[in-house]
Amino acid sequence: MSRRTTGLAIEAEGLIRSFGATRALAGIDLQVPAGTVYGLLGPNGAGKTTAVRVLATLLRPDGGRARVFGHDVVEEADAVRARVSLTGQYASVDEDLTGTENLVLLGRLLGLKRSAARERAEALLAAFGLTEAGDRQVKKYSGGMRRRIDIAASILNTPDLLFLDEPTTGLDPRSRNQVWEIVRAVVAHGTTVLLTTQYLDEADQLAGRIAVVDHGRVIAEGTPGELKASVGSGTVHLRLRDPGHRPAAERLLQAALGVPVQLEPDPVALTARVGGDGGDLDASEQAARALSDLARAGIAVDNFSLGQPSLDEVFLALTDHPAVSTDERDDQLEAAR
Amino acid sequence: MSNAATTTGRAPSVYVPSADALGTVLAPGTRPPRPSALSASLTFGWRALLKIKHVPEQLFDVTAFPIIMVLMFTYLFGGALADSPRDYLQFFLPGIMVTSVVMITMYTGVGLNTDIEKGVFDRFRTLPVWRPAALVGMIIGDVLRYILAALVILGVGLVLGFRPGGGLPGVLAGIGLLVVFSFAFSWVWTFFGLVLRSEKSVMGVSMMVLFPLTFLSNVFVEPGTMPGWLQAFVKVNPVTQLVASVRAVMSGASDPSSTMWTLVWSAGFVVVFGVLTMYRYNRR
Repeated sequence: MSRRTTGLAIEAEGLIRSFGATRALAGIDLQVPAGTVYGLLGPNGAGKTTAVRVLATLLRPDGGRARVFGHDVVEEADAVRARVSLTGQYASVDEDLTGTENLVLLGRLLGLKRSAARERAEALLAAFGLTEAGDRQVKKYSGGMRRRIDIAASILNTPDLLFLDEPTTGLDPRSRNQVWEIVRAVVAHGTTVLLTTQYLDEADQLAGRIAVVDHGRVIAEGTPGELKASVGSGTVHLRLRDPGHRPAAERLLQAALGVPVQLEPDPVALTARVGGDGGDLDASEQAARALSDLARAGIAVDNFSLGQPSLDEVFLALTDHPAVSTDERDDQLEAAR
Repeated sequence: MSNAATTTGRAPSVYVPSADALGTVLAPGTRPPRPSALSASLTFGWRALLKIKHVPEQLFDVTAFPIIMVLMFTYLFGGALADSPRDYLQFFLPGIMVTSVVMITMYTGVGLNTDIEKGVFDRFRTLPVWRPAALVGMIIGDVLRYILAALVILGVGLVLGFRPGGGLPGVLAGIGLLVVFSFAFSWVWTFFGLVLRSEKSVMGVSMMVLFPLTFLSNVFVEPGTMPGWLQAFVKVNPVTQLVASVRAVMSGASDPSSTMWTLVWSAGFVVVFGVLTMYRYNRR
C-alpha cells in the first residue's frame, strides 16, 4: 500500500502538442488528485487522446511539462511507465492471440515468472468473466469482452494510475454498465483513473472531477455538480399535440421557468433549460410546475421529458458553439502521425 | 470457422462484475523486478511464435515462395547458363537461397506496420521494459522463419541434385552466415515499417530496394559478362559478398574477404538502422 501516493497523481502545465499545422494540445493544465476518477470530457478531436498519450509517455509534448506521481513524463519516462497502464481507444491487446496468451505475455514482460504469470492470467480471466473465452483468439470476442480483456491487461500489475481512453465508446448499455462497475472497483482499491469520454452522464457517474476539453484547452473544470450548476442541471423537452398551441406554450413555459424557451425545427417541439443558478426550486419541481400550468391552460402534451444537459448543451453553454465532432480533424491527426 | 464465437450453443451467461472477485485481483501485490533485456526479447519472440501458431498461413511465403523460386530459375536458366539444370544448381542454389531469404526479410517491416496500426504497440511502449525488446523479439521470430525457408530450399535442392562439397558443416555454416546477415538486414525494414504510413508503401519500398539488390549480384550469373559500371555496383553490393561467402563455405572452401565484408555489412545495418529504428520508435 505504501507505493500509493497521496496528493497529486498528475500535474500538467501548459502542455502543447501539434501535428503538422494542427494544434492538438494548445496549453493544457491538469491537476488530478490521487485515488480518484478524473474525467476528461470533450468531443472527438478535442485533444483528449493526445493528452492521454503525452501523459502515458507515448508522445513527447512540444511544450509545457507534465509529472505523474512527481516523475517527469519526458525525463523520467521509465519511472512513469512502471506506475501507469493504458487502455487505448483501439484494441491494445494482440487480436491474433488468445485472452490467456495475451495476459501471460504481459505478465512475463512485467517480470512475473512463467507459473506466476499463468496464475495471474487465470485469476484475471475469472474476475472478468472470461474464463471460458480464455482459449479463444481475442479477434473473436464481442465488443464488451474485448474491453474487459483490455482492462484486465491494464490492471495486471495493479498500476497506480490507469488511463482509460473512451472505454465505453461503441458498447451496448449492458457492457457499458459492466465497464462502469469495473472502474468503480478499480478506484476503490486505490488506483487513480484518468478517463476520457464524450458522454456527460458517464463522467457524471464515475468522475469526482471533470475537465471539459475543447480545441486542446481546458475550458471548464470542477466537480460534476459544479459543472452542471453552471450549465443548468437539466433540459425539458416537450412535444405538443397541436402545433397551434406552441406560441401559448412558449409564453407559459417562459413564465414558469424564467428562462428562454427554444423552438425546435419540429413544429410541436420545445426545449428549455431548467434548474440553473439562482432558482430556489430544483429542476424537477420547476418542470412539474410548468407541466401543471400547461394542463390548466388546456394545452395537450404528447410527450414530456426532463433530462440531463447533453454534452452539446454543456458545450453550447461553455463555448457558445456546439460540440462538433471534428472527424476530419481526427483523420488529419492520424495522418500526421 | 464460425464468426459467431460468442454464441456457444448454450445461452451465453451474462457477466456481472462482482466487487469481491475484482477485489482479489486488484489487491496490490509486490511488483516483481523488471525482466532482463534478454528475457523481455525472448518473451516477444514467444509472441511471434504464437502468431505463427494462430495464423499458419503466414508461413506460405517461407515455404511455397522459395520452392517456386528454386524450381523456376533452375529450369529456366539451367540449360542456357550451364550444361544442365543439375550442373547449374551446384552454382545457383546458395544464391537462390540468399535471394529468397533476403526477400522474405521485408515482411518484418510489413508485420511491424500492421502491428502499429492495430494499436497493440501502444501497450508495449508503455511497459517498463528494455525498449528495443519488442522489435528484437519480433526479429527473433522472423529468424526462425528465415531458417525454415533456408531448410526448405536446401531440401528442394538436395532432391533436384544439389551436392554441396562442404557437407553438413559447410551447409550449416552457410545458413548461419545467411541468418546473421538477414537478422541485421531486418533492421532496415523495421525502420521503414515505422516511417512509412501503410503496409502497401512498405511493400512498395521493399520491392524497389530488394529487386536491384538481389538481381544485380552474382546470384544468377558470374559478373564477368556484365558491363564495367554494372560490375562496379555488383562488387559493392552486400548481397554479392554474402552469396560469395555462402557459396564458398557450402562448397567446402572459404572466402575470408567476402565473409569479412558480409559481417561488416551486417554490423553496419544493425548499428545504423537499429539506431534509426529506435529513434523513430521512441519518437512516434
